[in-house]
Amino acid sequence: MTTALIRARGLTKRFGGFTAVDGVDFELNRGEAFGFLGPNGAGKSSTMRMIGCVSPPTAGELTIFGLDPVADGPAIRARLGVVPQEDSLDVELTVRENLLVYGRYFGLPRPVIRERSDRLLEFVQLADRQDDRVEPLSGGLKRRLTIARSLINEPEILLLDEPTTGLDPQARHVVWDRLFRLKQQGVTLVLTTHYMDEAEQLCDRLVVMDAGRIAAEGSPRDLIERYSTPEVLELRFDPAVHENAAEKLAAVPAQRREVLADRVLLYVADGDAALAAVRGLGLDPLTSLVRRSTLEDVFLRLTGRRLED
Amino acid sequence: MAAPAQPRGPAAGLAWPARPDPVPAWNFAVRQLRFWLTDYRRTWRGSIISTVLNPLLYLGAMGLGLGTLVDQHGTASLGRVSYLIFLAPGLLAASAMGTGVGESTYPVFGSVKWNKTYQAAVSSPLRPADLFHGHLLFVALKLTMTSAVFLAVAAMFGAITSPLAIAALPVAVLTGLAFTAPIEAWTVTRTKDTSLAVVYRFGMIPLFLFSGTFFPVTQLPVWIRPIAYLTPLWHGVALCRDLCLGIATLPSALLHVGYLLVVLGAGIIAGDRSYTRRLYV
Repeated sequence: MTTALIRARGLTKRFGGFTAVDGVDFELNRGEAFGFLGPNGAGKSSTMRMIGCVSPPTAGELTIFGLDPVADGPAIRARLGVVPQEDSLDVELTVRENLLVYGRYFGLPRPVIRERSDRLLEFVQLADRQDDRVEPLSGGLKRRLTIARSLINEPEILLLDEPTTGLDPQARHVVWDRLFRLKQQGVTLVLTTHYMDEAEQLCDRLVVMDAGRIAAEGSPRDLIERYSTPEVLELRFDPAVHENAAEKLAAVPAQRREVLADRVLLYVADGDAALAAVRGLGLDPLTSLVRRSTLEDVFLRLTGRRLED
Repeated sequence: MAAPAQPRGPAAGLAWPARPDPVPAWNFAVRQLRFWLTDYRRTWRGSIISTVLNPLLYLGAMGLGLGTLVDQHGTASLGRVSYLIFLAPGLLAASAMGTGVGESTYPVFGSVKWNKTYQAAVSSPLRPADLFHGHLLFVALKLTMTSAVFLAVAAMFGAITSPLAIAALPVAVLTGLAFTAPIEAWTVTRTKDTSLAVVYRFGMIPLFLFSGTFFPVTQLPVWIRPIAYLTPLWHGVALCRDLCLGIATLPSALLHVGYLLVVLGAGIIAGDRSYTRRLYV
């Protein structure tokens, strides 16, 4: 046996005839930041709900802290923090009352909740709003309160389902910063996302999920090295000549060529050299961009589709 | 290599704990009760006003106002008591039903659909059935309070003639819960709030009018009476009335209480299942 904090073997979830999670294997160690990256409908949230002990697996094996989520749900959940995809705050109550109510669910005494609430409200920068009702708060503030609430029991694992979906860029960065600090404090993070930048920023290790299966696993850098090239040349042509140009580009030496609706991507070791070769063929792209490979490219390679569609 | 659930120390302080002592279910239910009490702190003022005002209005208008007319036509079919005295225990049971139905519809629907606080709560150690039981405890407390106020107001009107009336308090609470549990078991499965209105329109209002609250069921056509006898409200009304008039007999009391307990028990079994199905998907 391993000392893995979470261990899944052949984990499967079916809803009627639909298979949401199709026999996935993964292991998660203490202190890691682990991500499930994939498009909507890939089975990420279903996997998270099974880990959160609110969705019994249809088949396969799952242990959390070495315990069985169906038999030992209360004991496991006592040590988990959950930030769900949809806000589930009590909007009638105040910011602080939400923490009080939630802390009581864990059987914490009032003075402990009060002391932790002080610290957590400071941590998520909501101390000045603590007596306000939740309803009028912005999406970013609600999300920060949800994170504070999920920490009231000082969890060993924090589960975050799409933690920044629907937030504006500034609010996303605040959330990322707080999650990064938690990781520094040794909290094990498990998150799902369909944002590659989020996965790259936060995850030590991730699995790429598609249609209920795990397509690849590794650190962001590993995955990029394994499934992509160091650089990518993105070319955009006049729509009138797009297809024609795309065909001619086959003459440019590249490891891979992706023809998208609006762009052509050339996966190469040296983007500038490739661009020179493109010009050498007499092609004149409207725009050209040499960039490093990202997880988006990994996903495209593995599934033939883009992440954020 | 050790089994995962045994205590062992792969690294300092990181051992798997032995399986912790399970927390008793009543403790979890009480945690959810405390949530509802916190929630109630926001609304108790408005709720207290209607708790006192409703019996005042009903007993005043129907009991005294309408009652004067009724009494002039003879009260033989009422058991030779004034209409006010006949009506008060019926209204006690009927208003317990009203509270029970009210608590089992929109507050529950809001928790599972609008606010999703139930979904948040099941991410804590609490299980779906704990949420259900915690809410039933809260409703029981609220029914105790509203029914006690009702009895006090009725006594002020002179509508209470027997000390046995004090036993009508737990009967009223049981009547309310016999509605709360089964309706709540159903509400939690709903996805649209429009279906809740059906409970009021086709359930509560007919029961309110035809279960012996305002006139004896014997005034109804013979063929329809068995339907009234099947409704939990009729049992609540009948027993509350017998107790308030001091004419209750033990066999009939046991029959009424037994019937209400069966309905409550069936509702709890159904709710345990439907809460789990809705919240553990």
